[in-house]
Amino acid sequence: MTLLELRDVAVAYRGAAGDVPAVRGVSLDLAAGEALGLAGESGSGKSSLAMALLRLLPRSARVTGEILLDGEDVLRMSWGRLRAVRWASASVVFQGAQHALNPVRRIGDQIAEPLLVHGLATPAQARRRTAELLEQVGLPAWRARSHPHELSGGQRQRVMIAMALACSPKLVVADEPTTALDVMVQAQVLALIRSLIAEHRISLIMISHDLSVLASTCDRLAVMYAGRVVESGPAREVFTGARHPYARALAEAFPTVGDPASRRAPRGLGGDPPDPARLPPGCAFHPRCPAALPSCAERDVGPRPVAAGWSAACVHAGPEAADTGEAGQAGESGGTGAVRENA
Amino acid sequence: MTPAPLIEARDLHVEFAARGRRARAVDGVNLTVGEGEIVALVGESGCGKTTLARTLLGLERPASGTVLYGGAPLAYTTRALKAYRREVQLVPQDPTGSLNPRHTVYEAVAEGPRIHGLLGEAERVAAALARAGLRPPERFAGAYPHELSGGQRQRVVIAGALALDPRVLVADEPVASLDASVRGEILALLLRLRDELGLSALVVTHDLGLAWNIADRVAVMYLGRIVESGPVEQVLSAPSHPYTQALLSVLPDSPSPVVLGGEPPDPTRIPDGCRFHPRCPALAGGKAAGAGVDGACVSQSPPVLPASAESRAACHYAAALRAGN
Repeated sequence: MTLLELRDVAVAYRGAAGDVPAVRGVSLDLAAGEALGLAGESGSGKSSLAMALLRLLPRSARVTGEILLDGEDVLRMSWGRLRAVRWASASVVFQGAQHALNPVRRIGDQIAEPLLVHGLATPAQARRRTAELLEQVGLPAWRARSHPHELSGGQRQRVMIAMALACSPKLVVADEPTTALDVMVQAQVLALIRSLIAEHRISLIMISHDLSVLASTCDRLAVMYAGRVVESGPAREVFTGARHPYARALAEAFPTVGDPASRRAPRGLGGDPPDPARLPPGCAFHPRCPAALPSCAERDVGPRPVAAGWSAACVHAGPEAADTGEAGQAGESGGTGAVRENA
Repeated sequence: MTPAPLIEARDLHVEFAARGRRARAVDGVNLTVGEGEIVALVGESGCGKTTLARTLLGLERPASGTVLYGGAPLAYTTRALKAYRREVQLVPQDPTGSLNPRHTVYEAVAEGPRIHGLLGEAERVAAALARAGLRPPERFAGAYPHELSGGQRQRVVIAGALALDPRVLVADEPVASLDASVRGEILALLLRLRDELGLSALVVTHDLGLAWNIADRVAVMYLGRIVESGPVEQVLSAPSHPYTQALLSVLPDSPSPVVLGGEPPDPTRIPDGCRFHPRCPALAGGKAAGAGVDGACVSQSPPVLPASAESRAACHYAAALRAGN
């Protein structure tokens, strides 16, 4: 059953020199209980897309398209309805737990807040639920009386996860939940996230630039570049056999320790992610692409099927890849506007 | 085979006063970085790796022990430290925070040569920018940090270090704040600087993949001490310390993760016996008892590792295994 459906979602920020596109037509589905990894670098639009899901973007952002949560369009909800949906149906684990928690309030009060605001519990029930949640994320119940500065980074991230789970949402969006954490603490937090989503059948959207972390936690991966999904498919397959050159570069950026191929051979891409206000023409990735064809500078292709549930937006992907350049499957992408011409 | 040591830490101890207690941030460390060698110092936050790096740079004074450069102990006079820092340069962690937003790239890179009163400033800056991969240098010299990408800013910071013709770079998490696709390029730059200029480097990181990518030797630090060190291939392919084994096992691709409980412990309360014993899976799982060393694990601290090129681990259990073979 589909819990979340994105249809041609676009986000643009109003700037002095006109609108700057951050997300340019993304369509994705998320089934109930499924974990989707959203990968990309700064400026790829992944965080804008995630924040758009609950309309958490600043007023300067314009969001278009459809975001259907349980069949209901988030973008057309009234404020009252939206308030009810936030936390209760879908919640966010924000990036950087040290800044997202209120430093002068006790942990327990912050976890209980959504329960009380939504009228889901009496103060006594909220206290009991808080203790239960802290236990679920592996913290002792007495921690409810602590302030954020008394906790380590990993413990604060656990508190953020407890807050996100407080109202038993169906969807949790985790924005870089383990960035800035040590490897061992990262492993603890990832194990916790994995067990919680499995236990409560929660759908998860996890955002990171580390494809190896996403591949080990999620069922599916979607890799974003310059505001678009350039490849999406089953997590393991995309991680080990990405068809889009950018997705491949991202997968290779974090070496497998012990793999002789990456010993003394760090791999990266030349150039830098593009400025969203000045995107290159054609495929936005072509200036950095090691496999670009002359036609890539003029022509953008939409997602092409690689296998069932797996697609890549690259001229080199799909059955008719190299020869005709016929972008027959581009229609689904909604607005990528593939121009059909031969290389 | 083994390069002559250029920088050496000899039985180094560094302490801080923390909330009325004594924090032993570096608690007995022997470490060398040889001529043209890249050494990765790996550990979790709070293990003392940044303090050790700062002490090697002469930014902290050790409570006891010695830092040697080219075989001579470091003198802590202003003049001697200034001369030392020309040769041993820091590449800071966050390029955005370490560049003055109101200084152009040229001014940022020229600052070092000006402080040291070096001649030929313009040529020095241009050469340093080119070596750091900012080509052509004229294109970048007039730019301000906000006009550059994260990777370019990191290159500017590296160029600032190179402008003094140093022999050693001490890089603290050089790629942690960079985008994934840019990371490889900066690491390749560090490798190229070693190959072309013979630069030595001590890279402080929590990232074992980085060590695998560029380092010759790796030293794993836990709670103020180096618990395992040796050639990267040996330590990272066949680790003998349970802590190194656990760190490697939680990498995302690993088949059987050993997730250690608890948080990295507190340098104001270093446990008795082996400092790792409260979290040690070999002790908790009964393996240490099987080898007959569990008593030693909780009562005797393993000896401080010597600065050696060979693979070594400060672990009673690993020592028992080795002796048994």
